Amino acid sequence: MNRFAVALLAALLCTSGASALSDLRPDQAVIDGTAMPPKLSAFGLFRPGTSEPLPVLLPYSLHTPLFSDYAEKHRAVWMPEGKNAPIGRDGIPGFPVGTVIVKSFGWPDWNGGRPVETRLLIRREAGWVALPYIWDADGKDASLAIAGRRVPVTFKSPDGTSHSINYAVPNKNQCKECHSLKGEIVPIGPKANNLVFTPAPGRPASSRFFSYPAMRIAPMPKWDDPKSGSLQDRARAYLAVNCSHCHNPEGSASNSGLFLRWTDPIDVNYGIGKRPTAAGRGSGGMDFAIAPGDPDHSFLIYRLESLDPGIAMPELGRSTVHREGADLLRQWIAAMPKDAH
Amino acid sequence: MRFQSLRHAATLALVAALAANPAFARTISVKAGTPDANEKLQEALILAEPGDIVELGAGVWKLTDGLSLDVNNVTVRGAGTKDGEGSILDFSGQQGAGEGLLVTSDDVFLTNFAVLNTRGDGIKSKGADRIVYHQIRVEWTAGPKATNGAYGVYPVESTDVLIDSVYVRGASDAGIYVGQSKNIIVRESIATENVAGIEIENSFDADVHDNIATKNTGGILVFDLPNLPQQGGHNVRVFENVVNDNSTPNFAPKGNIVASVPTGTGVLIMANRNVEIFDNVFDQNGTANVMIVGYRYDQKDAKYQPLPKGIVVRGNQHGKAGYAPAFAGGDQIAAAMGGSIPPVLWDGAGDAIVLDKVGVLSLNLPDVKTPQSDAKPSPADLSKGTPPAALPGITLPESMEAKVR
Repeated sequence: MNRFAVALLAALLCTSGASALSDLRPDQAVIDGTAMPPKLSAFGLFRPGTSEPLPVLLPYSLHTPLFSDYAEKHRAVWMPEGKNAPIGRDGIPGFPVGTVIVKSFGWPDWNGGRPVETRLLIRREAGWVALPYIWDADGKDASLAIAGRRVPVTFKSPDGTSHSINYAVPNKNQCKECHSLKGEIVPIGPKANNLVFTPAPGRPASSRFFSYPAMRIAPMPKWDDPKSGSLQDRARAYLAVNCSHCHNPEGSASNSGLFLRWTDPIDVNYGIGKRPTAAGRGSGGMDFAIAPGDPDHSFLIYRLESLDPGIAMPELGRSTVHREGADLLRQWIAAMPKDAH
Repeated sequence: MRFQSLRHAATLALVAALAANPAFARTISVKAGTPDANEKLQEALILAEPGDIVELGAGVWKLTDGLSLDVNNVTVRGAGTKDGEGSILDFSGQQGAGEGLLVTSDDVFLTNFAVLNTRGDGIKSKGADRIVYHQIRVEWTAGPKATNGAYGVYPVESTDVLIDSVYVRGASDAGIYVGQSKNIIVRESIATENVAGIEIENSFDADVHDNIATKNTGGILVFDLPNLPQQGGHNVRVFENVVNDNSTPNFAPKGNIVASVPTGTGVLIMANRNVEIFDNVFDQNGTANVMIVGYRYDQKDAKYQPLPKGIVVRGNQHGKAGYAPAFAGGDQIAAAMGGSIPPVLWDGAGDAIVLDKVGVLSLNLPDVKTPQSDAKPSPADLSKGTPPAALPGITLPESMEAKVR
């Protein structure tokens, strides 16, 4: 079925009421093809003329999300009819060809809460493809921004501080800088220990898309909920989600020797007493990434609290300081015995 | 219409290209100075296909975000490196990314453009095998400043690296830095007013020759550091370079390893095995022309080898050196020795052979655990041992050499 016919069909279905909406399906041919459509609507993932994912998509959230300038993210996943993702013993879902992971970024107090951008991660025959789309001014469709763009936005963070930033929509290569393992694109967020599904009427059950192994996979704590884990485990969850997609032996920061995966031991390669390698100005004149008991002399904190592109970590996707996240890591480092290394 | 076609030159070239036979290399030309130049250039770098040339128009590019290339076998070619006529990528207004240009694909050829005033590194290539940097200028135009970016050109984790006819000035760490790589040539390049001029770190098999390293804090460094994925640096030849007047006060942020390099260092070898330093011309290096040391910081990496081993120094010309030794106690030693220390300085750990007819000062620190305060400096004769077999020269794949011919 060609794109025009789909659009026509969608329009016809819309006019016939809510039950028709539930019959809409993403355009699997576009998803599986090789094209990079200039308009997001070509995929048929959203209710036509809106940024609301079709009811057949499964929304999900994460215990501990990646910080992106305080953006609120709406995540959803689609897999072709009859296909699902078996979750491996390592907690990583085996997404089938035809999967689309949809993530929309916006702020509740900016532009009526409408998303600024939507990123697609599509599992095609040849591998994952990452495509960034920026929403048009009328909010009805979004346009491919393969080279990324800076979008001025204004919003308030949870402590009431007002921020006006040039929010960076990443380009296609930058998508890969974070979503890279051995030079290939992979999803970061949806791992069994971090996935949260909230059942909702009219939405598919998570079992439609994911099948779990018999063994239980222990969840990661919520970084900001002390009831969900110890200070150390919440700090580790924060580092795992915000840093380890690059800081692992097969990621973009492999050469740093700083490895921050959920499973990594807390030793020199986790930053404890680790001297700067290629940090340049990022060392801030300090000797160690993490100086136990001394967050003010830990350049990991210095880099998280900086906005200077030559210093700031993560290198991409951050034009504001995540004050609450940095505070969590400060508390964790302050609580370490000073002679821990 | 004509104006329109110029403004959208990149887009039009791409459209034409998509219709063309992919077996033919295409040239994607992008124009400097348009309001959307940053986005258009990045788009060209993303949509390029293997074999393509991305051509940077002459003029000044005011770039606000880092660029990146992830397509194999692409040439990025400018109109030159000189102000006023070349392709000048100016990152003075950079808002994001850790470097000016990041390359993560193989067989990439970078030639004939300049990268100025990046907030972080100038050009980084990671896991980019067979990369060629040729006739590139990376510069922080205000000269040495602690707020300059760390590395000028920065290939890392790559096999087969060629840096040829590159100029780097002002890096607050190393001008030309090759890290955790294999099979490397750095030649006919100029590094000036950086903390380290040229640095080969945690790397195997490198030739550094026919370069000029002048007015840096340290001219040419061969280092190995612990706790990194690739360590055990070895087989490095440093030859036929001019290494002079490395007198710029160290301006690296404290904590970084190069912040410990004494001002006035010519060539510094730290914790490497089989390094040959020969046929270089040294002059006006106030601490030493050649320094050979172990890694003396605390570390608990069982796999790490902190000593210099199998270091050979021969056939070099030594001009004035050792007249301003910028390490703890250096001035007292110099005073005791009549105003200056010998041009070759060894901390006393590991082993080295010095066949140059100049003096060697040993600090007589037998291992890296002995604190530097226990130094008992004395002249040493390192001319007696048998040098290890000469290292073979580095050969790069013909496809790389063909690009610069």
